Amino acid sequence: MKIIVIGCGKIGLSLVKQLTAEGHIVTVIDKNSSRLKNALSNLDVMSYTGDGTSSTTLREAGIGDADLMVAVMDSDEMNLLCCVIAQKVSKCKTIARVRNPIYNSEIEFLKNELDISMIFNPEMTAAEEIARIFNFPYATKIDVFSNRKVEMIHFKIRLDSKLSKLHLVDIRTKYNANVLVCTVTRGDKTIIPGGDFILEQGDLVGIVGARAEIHKFFKMFGVGTDRVPDAMIVGGGKIGYFLAKRLIESGIKVKIVEADKDRCEFLADVLPEADIINGDGTDRNLLMEEGLGNASGFAALTSIDEENILLSLFAIDHVRSKTVTKVNRINYDEVIDRLNLDTIINPNKVSNDLLVQFIRSMDYTRDSEIENYRKIGDDEAEAMEFIVKDGSHVVGVPLMNLKKKKDVLICCITRDKKIIIPGGQDLIKVGDRVVIVHTTSDINKLDDILE
Amino acid sequence: MNYGVVIYILGALMKAEAVFLLFPFTVGLIYREDTAWSYLITAAICLVLGLIMSFRKPKKGGLYLKEGYFVVALGWLLMSMLGAIPFVITGEIPKYIDAVFETVSGFTTTGATILSDVEVLTHATLFWRSFQHLLGGMGVFVFLSGLLPMLGGNSVNLMKGESTGPSVDKLVPRIKDTVRILYSVYLMMGLTEVLLLLIFGMDLFSSLTLTFGTIGTGGFGILNSSIGSYSPAVQWTIGIFMLLSGMNYSLYFLLLRRKFKQAFGMEEIRLYLAITFVACALIVLNLGRFYATFGETVRQTFFQVSSLLTSTGYATTDFDLWPEFSKTILIVVMIIGACAGSTGGGIKMSRLLILFKAARKQNQIFIHPRAIKKIKMDNSVVDHDAVRATNAYISLFFAVLFISVLLVSLDEHDFMTNFTAVVATLNNMGPGFNKVGPTCNYSFFSVGSKIVLIFDMLAGRLELFPMLLLITPRSWRKYL
Repeated sequence: MKIIVIGCGKIGLSLVKQLTAEGHIVTVIDKNSSRLKNALSNLDVMSYTGDGTSSTTLREAGIGDADLMVAVMDSDEMNLLCCVIAQKVSKCKTIARVRNPIYNSEIEFLKNELDISMIFNPEMTAAEEIARIFNFPYATKIDVFSNRKVEMIHFKIRLDSKLSKLHLVDIRTKYNANVLVCTVTRGDKTIIPGGDFILEQGDLVGIVGARAEIHKFFKMFGVGTDRVPDAMIVGGGKIGYFLAKRLIESGIKVKIVEADKDRCEFLADVLPEADIINGDGTDRNLLMEEGLGNASGFAALTSIDEENILLSLFAIDHVRSKTVTKVNRINYDEVIDRLNLDTIINPNKVSNDLLVQFIRSMDYTRDSEIENYRKIGDDEAEAMEFIVKDGSHVVGVPLMNLKKKKDVLICCITRDKKIIIPGGQDLIKVGDRVVIVHTTSDINKLDDILE
Repeated sequence: MNYGVVIYILGALMKAEAVFLLFPFTVGLIYREDTAWSYLITAAICLVLGLIMSFRKPKKGGLYLKEGYFVVALGWLLMSMLGAIPFVITGEIPKYIDAVFETVSGFTTTGATILSDVEVLTHATLFWRSFQHLLGGMGVFVFLSGLLPMLGGNSVNLMKGESTGPSVDKLVPRIKDTVRILYSVYLMMGLTEVLLLLIFGMDLFSSLTLTFGTIGTGGFGILNSSIGSYSPAVQWTIGIFMLLSGMNYSLYFLLLRRKFKQAFGMEEIRLYLAITFVACALIVLNLGRFYATFGETVRQTFFQVSSLLTSTGYATTDFDLWPEFSKTILIVVMIIGACAGSTGGGIKMSRLLILFKAARKQNQIFIHPRAIKKIKMDNSVVDHDAVRATNAYISLFFAVLFISVLLVSLDEHDFMTNFTAVVATLNNMGPGFNKVGPTCNYSFFSVGSKIVLIFDMLAGRLELFPMLLLITPRSWRKYL
């Protein structure tokens, strides 16, 4: 597809990388020519220096025959304006990033009135993800499918866990648990394990099932499933605000440490239930004085990655159950992975997943649509959810008779509120929601899982 | 320097050359010539070398600008040294240094020859000489960069090393598509010319070889009289196609996209056509009654100007006999060269434009010392880096020119011969004046001078900097 990306900031760049890797034809527009040059010198894309809100620039960059335009400039208003103008000069679909909380309740209105295909808010999506993890601190990552009914939980098998040395076959037979292990990352390799696989300490395991079933499973192995009772957030920016709001809604006590006085005033105004502390979040004394040692959850969300990493490494030794670190830069992935951090959230990745989901669904809309798309297991595997439509070749065949590709696993089928962890006898029907996991990366529609 | 990547790409180049060598082999088979087998042998050598070199894909990627330039320069040298082997095996050019000279001249689309009689050559050899023009014209690495997988860094760096002009840009977002468009235009132009030449009564072999020489702006003919003994219709056709090949390929892209206003507004193309017209007009006036009819005067003038401005080097007449003023104009257009982004050589129109505009800016600053001026081309600002790069290019160009003349003069030939020999090779032209005039050849130079001229041809085709990088000891270090 021909895609135009406007704005070459952190998120723009990571998006462009992802899109070129998926084989799309990408053109990037930014006002700053040296930024374009530096960022794109090693990517096979075209760049235009200019203002994305000008219809002349858009035409020059080829909006006329583009399929999609994504506006990710700094300003929300510019992004929206971009989409409006692009639609006047072309028939392409448009996506805008809108981050300001005041537009939050207006997103549906804006989408409909301005005819924008998708409006996304990376900070809010990231905050939602962090909130989910605080609700189940044993997990390092939680993805939800089928209208939040199915969860995919990733967790690390810790020292002395009863889960280590577990034979996967026993989950269904011996323990009679209705869950499925879909990925295991050991070292730097992610695989889809078979029944004879044995878990070991240190593995990063992805498990899928209904929420209640998963909790039941964890309890069987002595893992606590309670949410953290309280959390300390360092950095009261956009993510901090959205996160605090979410946590308060689910009954978790929140304390925000923020250095900027004005921002504190604002937070105190909109989040009366939270404790707002005006102070430097990197000040060790302040953190200890505010009770870091007794906090259950900790989230480092300042605007500086290095600060977040350092704070989290310090907090891990003090906090009782959960530490979340926000990292925006993606270039040093492998280094950050080597640090012994707990959960790492990258807002750019979160929104990349959302956009990839949208773009892949645009490509194929005949027999199935991608309802959900997530990169999982160190980004080496993908989890996708489809709604099965008429005419799909997977319908009505017992799964054991399907000629599936290697490295593809059908994890879960949702039919009329019933959640099925499928065995060989089960079959897929029209209207089902199907969650699959694969490591092949060339799956755009449900039929692609077949040989 | 990332040698893993360099060797891998050179391996791909060798494999490509093996395929290219099959063309003259086939031609040889068709004409039942024994020389055909020497092409197959060389192809086998290339294939084996290629397979060994690209056997393992480099683990550490990294095709950055320096690797791009380095591999292009080294690749052209290697490609020429291997491409010269068949000439020696067949015995048609017994000395290896001469064979390399001829091959470099072919790939760089210079068209300077060391042969005094080309009519005795076999068809396979004639075809290989001309085929080199076709390959070298648009560029072998341009071709490869569309095929190679991404090696970390960017394949566009290969294109940058090989394409002509002050700034190399892709036409469309993906390099593969850009390469496809460039080569489609290139080959379509060639096909049209072949068809026209066939209509005007030329045989297939001649029209193919001459077309390769035209659209690659090369200049190897298959007759000793170059283009002189063909009919006027053929001469007009070749003349016009040389002029078309010297134009910036962005023009054709814009025309295909129906952006006519933008296409005809290209300053570079306008200057190119203006210079062609003025040079022709001046020479026609100067020639007077040199030829029998006015029609012939116009034809001879247009052909020679078109040939030398685009750095092709075909000739329909011995222009060495023309009056001094006309000869001087020819030398001037030789140095100016064709448009950027074309297959032609020389300094290039767009550099000339930038230089002229920079000079004008400097002049205006004398009048208004505090004035802020921007240099613009086609309504967009030429950034300071491009202006600086152009200035550096021009300085380097003349430095290489004078040093080469100095070295070649050790052979004790007259100044006109030495000077035009260097100008003709550095601009990928072919014939010069006096002893290297259109009816003569380069065989009398000493081995040392030939090496200097070989360097000049490569430096001219690759626009100096890649060759300069190759002779900079520092760039050979693993860790720069």
